[in-house]
Amino acid sequence: MSLIIVNLLDGLVTGLLLFMLCSGLTLIFSMMGVLNFAHASFYMLGAYFAYQISTYLGFWVGLLVAPFVVGLAGALVERYGLRRVHKYGHVPELIFTFGLALLIEELVQFIWGKSQMAYEQPPALDFTAFAIAGNAFPAYKMFMIFIAMGIFLLLLYILTRTRIGMIIQAALSYPHTVQNLGHNVPLIFMGVFGVGTALAGLAGVIAGPALGTFPGMAFQLGSIVFVTIVIGGLGSLWGALFASLLIGWLQTFAASYNIRFADIFEFFGFTPPVDMANSALRDLWTLTVPQIGPILPYLLMVAVLVIRPQGLFGRRET
Amino acid sequence: MNRLSKLIVSAAIAGLMSSAALAADTIKIAFVDPLSGPFAATGAQGLAQYKFAADELVNKQGGVLDGQMFEIVPFDNKISAKESLIQLQVAIDQGIRFIVQGNSSGVANAITDAVKKHNKRNPDKQVLFLNYSAVDPALTNEKCNFWHFRFDANADIKMDALTDIMAQDPDIKKVYLIGQDYSFGKAVASAAVKMLGEKRPDIEIVGNELHPIGKVKDFTPYARKIVASDADAMITGNWGSDMVGLGKAVIEAGYKNPIYTYYAATDGITKTFGEDGKGSLRLVGEGQLNPPVSDRAIAYTKAYKEKNPDLDIGQPRIANVMEMLARAINDAGSATDMVAVANALEGMEHDSIWGTKVKMRAEDHQAIQDVHILAHTDDGVTFDFDNSGYGLVAENTVKMASADIPTTCKMDRP
Repeated sequence: MSLIIVNLLDGLVTGLLLFMLCSGLTLIFSMMGVLNFAHASFYMLGAYFAYQISTYLGFWVGLLVAPFVVGLAGALVERYGLRRVHKYGHVPELIFTFGLALLIEELVQFIWGKSQMAYEQPPALDFTAFAIAGNAFPAYKMFMIFIAMGIFLLLLYILTRTRIGMIIQAALSYPHTVQNLGHNVPLIFMGVFGVGTALAGLAGVIAGPALGTFPGMAFQLGSIVFVTIVIGGLGSLWGALFASLLIGWLQTFAASYNIRFADIFEFFGFTPPVDMANSALRDLWTLTVPQIGPILPYLLMVAVLVIRPQGLFGRRET
Repeated sequence: MNRLSKLIVSAAIAGLMSSAALAADTIKIAFVDPLSGPFAATGAQGLAQYKFAADELVNKQGGVLDGQMFEIVPFDNKISAKESLIQLQVAIDQGIRFIVQGNSSGVANAITDAVKKHNKRNPDKQVLFLNYSAVDPALTNEKCNFWHFRFDANADIKMDALTDIMAQDPDIKKVYLIGQDYSFGKAVASAAVKMLGEKRPDIEIVGNELHPIGKVKDFTPYARKIVASDADAMITGNWGSDMVGLGKAVIEAGYKNPIYTYYAATDGITKTFGEDGKGSLRLVGEGQLNPPVSDRAIAYTKAYKEKNPDLDIGQPRIANVMEMLARAINDAGSATDMVAVANALEGMEHDSIWGTKVKMRAEDHQAIQDVHILAHTDDGVTFDFDNSGYGLVAENTVKMASADIPTTCKMDRP
């Protein structure tokens, strides 16, 4: 029982971290129709920038400055890269962001090398917040939860309660009408892209010390981010939150319990093959749930696409 | 052609001629390992250590035979077996007779087969394969051949030494095994189960699991299981970011007992663990840097750090490779008669700069040497890793580990 509570908390941390990446990406996607392949690369840039800043000025300055720098880089990419490619259609845009992802990864390796970076959590948060039956819950993870929750509430407030939010929401669905009403839609696009990448950068800043800062970190998260926004529904903040938490818990619980497939099959009345070593189904019978954990989100995505193609919270056809 | 380009061309020709003249006096050693791609950091570390060892331990001592010098020639194999065979051929075509390689047992398996074939077909241009890191036991068992020599302790020897030490600790009653889901991770787990079962049947294996390699973003759920299992020790063959992720998650989850690893040091890993790893992180391997064993080892390590301030001696055995090869060439009286050099290397007993004896076992060409349990700490560290203040200190030593480990090797001798 106590382990379930611990797992719920761990899944919450994973899910909220995913949410910080997805919230920006889902807004960018629905507004510009571009799958930003480089989104996870901005997450990596956030971690590396924050690491570099933290070696001179400490963690907290890095936390404040790095997302800003990443957001600025994102806005520049939109203004001088994507916007120029935009007139040639979606495929060139897609290829552009894909190339950008590769470029950023090589650049990071060129500057910082291929080794792990010693990016550490701040000493002020380096203690155990509480322990449940011997399972320590680090204060830093509490901090991650609070930051992500704060970001969600702030985004929700801006998008639904402010004038800027209303214009963004309108521009999501009817960009031409909004432009005709006298709003500077390209500027809105640039702003959303900048804020979206800044959020990814912030996720990187706080994930770097917990999950490791190394050149493969963008690749590791890259595909799962797309899966999450597809499940949640494009353009929906609530959808992004819901899907992120769902995937966070799904992966945590799948990895936590060593349930063997053999037990599940036997529960349903199947008998194991007598000659297991030579059985064609040997691989299926010897699998455990933690081994298939990483593909569960993809299975979920396929199921969602079949049953509800617009995603769980999506409002329009994609 | 203007004056300047004439000058450049003549300088280039002069340069070519002088390097050709130099080549006649040097014994070239091909270093075939990754120098680009994700494992380039490890390859670059190895290359620097080879260059330094060749200069310091051989060339500065007057070279071999009548003053011939060692020269390390790097070949980038991008850690691919296919690319390695191409590079091997390029090296052989350049007249190089000694091949050193270490990263990835898959590559080593391909090279040892290719070398065997080449030597059979070209008895006048035979080459030797000096393997300094690939630890797949098969290389000195069913796949062994006369031209392959392994200078690292293989995976079974390391596990043998580790389980010897663990068996002496009566407090260890429950052990958790976790590794990457591929051949090496499985080999570590099965060796651990077998050897713990023989040495301490009372030890309970409370977990034995494999996780997807390079795919786990957050190791926390695995860490929770390990803590919940009440394990007194855990063993993992993880490397790279999987090692860092697992180790950090386990320590953060409140695990305080020893974590026995194969590869949890250098390349940024030591620095990333820092204070957190102290007290639990252990590594099983050869080569003792701390405490330094002799003035000679201190001088060698200091000189290396002066020349390469950002690199570490992560593979101390490289010094043994160079010294033992030099001795074998001198004993054989030839750097071209590979049968004579291999015969000289076979059974050689060598006093390593790192304080151990190294015996190149004749029947399978596996080096037998002291294997240490090294603790990650900042106490008593003379030579740290990653310039972090933290390093590995020898905590336990198994003298001439697994000297009597059986081998299935049936060697065809020329």
